[in-house]
Amino acid sequence: MIGEAMREPWVWPLMLMLVGAAATYFWRGLGVYLAGKMSPDGTLFAWVSAVAYALLAGLIARMIVMPIGPLEATAISHRVGAAVLALAVFFLTRRNMLLGVTAGCVTLILLTFVT
Amino acid sequence: MSPRSRPAGHEDIEGYGSRRAAVIGGMRDSFGVPSIVLGASFVGFGALVREAGLTVWHGLFSSATAWALPGQVALVELYSVGASVLAVALAVALTNARLLPMTIAIMPLLRARGRPRWQYYLAANWIAVTGWAAQMRKAPHLPEAERLSYFGGFAAVLWTSTLFGTAAGFFLAESVPPSVSLGLVFLNPIYFMLVFAAEWRQRSRALALAFGAVTGPLMHLVSPDWGLLLTGFLAGSLAFAIDRALAARAERRT
Repeated sequence: MIGEAMREPWVWPLMLMLVGAAATYFWRGLGVYLAGKMSPDGTLFAWVSAVAYALLAGLIARMIVMPIGPLEATAISHRVGAAVLALAVFFLTRRNMLLGVTAGCVTLILLTFVT
Repeated sequence: MSPRSRPAGHEDIEGYGSRRAAVIGGMRDSFGVPSIVLGASFVGFGALVREAGLTVWHGLFSSATAWALPGQVALVELYSVGASVLAVALAVALTNARLLPMTIAIMPLLRARGRPRWQYYLAANWIAVTGWAAQMRKAPHLPEAERLSYFGGFAAVLWTSTLFGTAAGFFLAESVPPSVSLGLVFLNPIYFMLVFAAEWRQRSRALALAFGAVTGPLMHLVSPDWGLLLTGFLAGSLAFAIDRALAARAERRT
């Protein structure tokens, strides 16, 4: 019975996704557990928080400077230029998120498809 | 917590009045730009699922359970090349290791006296960058009792929009022009960049973000697999040390 079900083409990827979800939850569950063991005085939490912010900033910078996937086809000068413009618009419009992201994405599209 | 390690404005606590109101407050903050941007980011994942020859249900299942985009993308790509279970588990775990420091860092901003522990283990499955950043900014201004409620409301709307995004991407995969799909892929890093740029006033975070942004691409050249974890460890520790030193110097002066 089980062997037969395993041969269904949709079962294998579903199992992989279950494994993927478990591998992802592992970090989240471990984080809750470890946070419960840590002294709440703040020093260790402040360090972990700095690690988390640095890691995320590194990830975002990498996604803009050295992307993987369809963005690889665009020029780095176009991506960085679009990112700088998004920052400028964001702060000039008193942190309007919608205008900031729109400016960045539209700029990249224009630079890529017009030049 | 010593006063100097508190986020700016820790003292001005302004709650919603009840847990129910905090849930609705979180939903309201998430509805709009955060949900639109994250939903749009999952459009790309839905398209990838279709290209891999999977059904829309696979995509929805992955988005609903894992809910961490980089790992989901890695999984579908590995499935396409016929990787083993072990290879998939290791690659996804490595890709999503950022969730460990993120979860530890956010826990003091979710906890409240009297809540059963299982609620944190459940809520942890919705820890991802967008909701995390919102909680890190908002929760210090909320009374303890309302923090998990706010997070739950915020994540619920966000999660729903990513499921719609996954399905939309699956069904629209072939009808989206390349220029639009390029913009959708760029949306995610630009949005996260602006979310974190808004933190520049808080010294400890600003230092960590600035060092991380410079170190990230460099470390990626050193090791594509471990670069991000190295970045977090090195740049984060340096930022932490400098922030401590500056705080100690300011204290000596007063």
